[in-house]
Amino acid sequence: MSETHFLVHDKADSVGVVVVEDAKAGMDLVGWIMNTDETVTIKANQDIAIGHKIACDDFATGGTILKYGSDIGKVVANIKKGDHVHVHNLKTKRW
Amino acid sequence: MSAKKFFGYRRENGRVGIRNHVVILSLDDISNACVEAVGNNIKGTLAIPHSYGRLQFGADLELTFRTLIGTGCNPNVAAVVVVGIEPKWTQKLVDGIAKTGKPVAGFSIEQNGDINTIAMASRKAKEFVQWATELQREECDLSELWVSVKCGESDTTSGLASNPTVGNVIDKITPLGSYSCFGETSEITGAEAYAASRGMTPEVGAKFMKTWESYNQFILDNKTDDLSDSQPTKGNIEGGLTTIEEKAFGNIAKIGKTKYIDVLEPAEAPSKGPGLYFMDTSSAAAECVTLQAAAGFVVHLFPTGQGNIIGNPIEPVIKLSANPRTIRTMGEHIDVDVSGILRREMNLDEAGDKLIEEMIRVCNGRNTSAEALGHREFVITKLYRSA
Repeated sequence: MSETHFLVHDKADSVGVVVVEDAKAGMDLVGWIMNTDETVTIKANQDIAIGHKIACDDFATGGTILKYGSDIGKVVANIKKGDHVHVHNLKTKRW
Repeated sequence: MSAKKFFGYRRENGRVGIRNHVVILSLDDISNACVEAVGNNIKGTLAIPHSYGRLQFGADLELTFRTLIGTGCNPNVAAVVVVGIEPKWTQKLVDGIAKTGKPVAGFSIEQNGDINTIAMASRKAKEFVQWATELQREECDLSELWVSVKCGESDTTSGLASNPTVGNVIDKITPLGSYSCFGETSEITGAEAYAASRGMTPEVGAKFMKTWESYNQFILDNKTDDLSDSQPTKGNIEGGLTTIEEKAFGNIAKIGKTKYIDVLEPAEAPSKGPGLYFMDTSSAAAECVTLQAAAGFVVHLFPTGQGNIIGNPIEPVIKLSANPRTIRTMGEHIDVDVSGILRREMNLDEAGDKLIEEMIRVCNGRNTSAEALGHREFVITKLYRSA
């Protein structure tokens, strides 16, 4: 089995989680969609630390990010497929 | 899953413990010096000092008593020496603990002074230690084990692997008739509707929702900012968790597919028979585990991402992590490495079995990393300011 660089809980999810320590900008990252057992490849636009999220698609400001198949917050800066998704572009809807 | 037996200490009330502590317990903050002196005098005792017990009132006082009495009652404790400033509340603790049938004695400092109190309490502690060290472990069934769970310094690897590993254990031990408990009312924010749906009945779900709403109202009444600064924590954010919703869905993976049968007050012992319970607790690790231990849980499963190092004086805390960086940089704190899940070398079923195997070893006497490193965080949950 080739190396898996990121994991996606649910096929509907907007993001995957990087599980290797050397995901660098420009690398083609191999992702495993856990609930459907599918493999996808996405090019990383930035270095992404282990445990941090990568966008599986493009998302415009105001959109919703799904993880675990559930709403985990709103997009606060435009996101492109392969971008690092974190506090700079995703925020809770609670506060 | 293979072994379903472990060797534990069967107590006077039938409950089973996995440690055999003789505890020297403070009633109040000002008795800590005495308690620590007795702990130093008599080898094999465990002193539990703490910061409260004076001029508390109402529900806050009740919770402190419930926590202290529950700590003494925990089956990991063989016998207890209580030291307090005055005799009445000291006796209240002694009477509460005595209901288990275990040896307990109280000493108060007023009219005696520290030195005479230390001498009297030390003589009793010595007697208890010599008695307790002759107690023998006997074979017990996993159905007699009370297991609590709580995660800390979580990151995205917690939701992917270490929390679902704990969930797998809960799914495996619940059908055997074990008792288990999860809590962390605040960290379920973002997934509260889902958490309510995990109650065994709509009534239990509604009881959960009432508890959560009460907590949430308290936050709304007292907050000075939007809580984004403390939830998720700085460690969570460093680990890649962005929002409280994301954290909440990862958190609740700790209960697997099991439904909870009741909602407990902080430090309240379960009374609805075997099964999974939700307890209203803080999400601060030491406070939560202290409350779960006070409710009678004897072994704790603690998944961590970035590396929370907590331990508890009476309830062994077993840590697991799936984050390879955490395992490399602070591996002395981690008992079970489940990072293989992230490399697809191990599935959740195998990881759950590995954790059960370690749990049984700890039940049989193996010290956890937190025990070996001396982590004994005992923190009383304070509901509001004292008089």
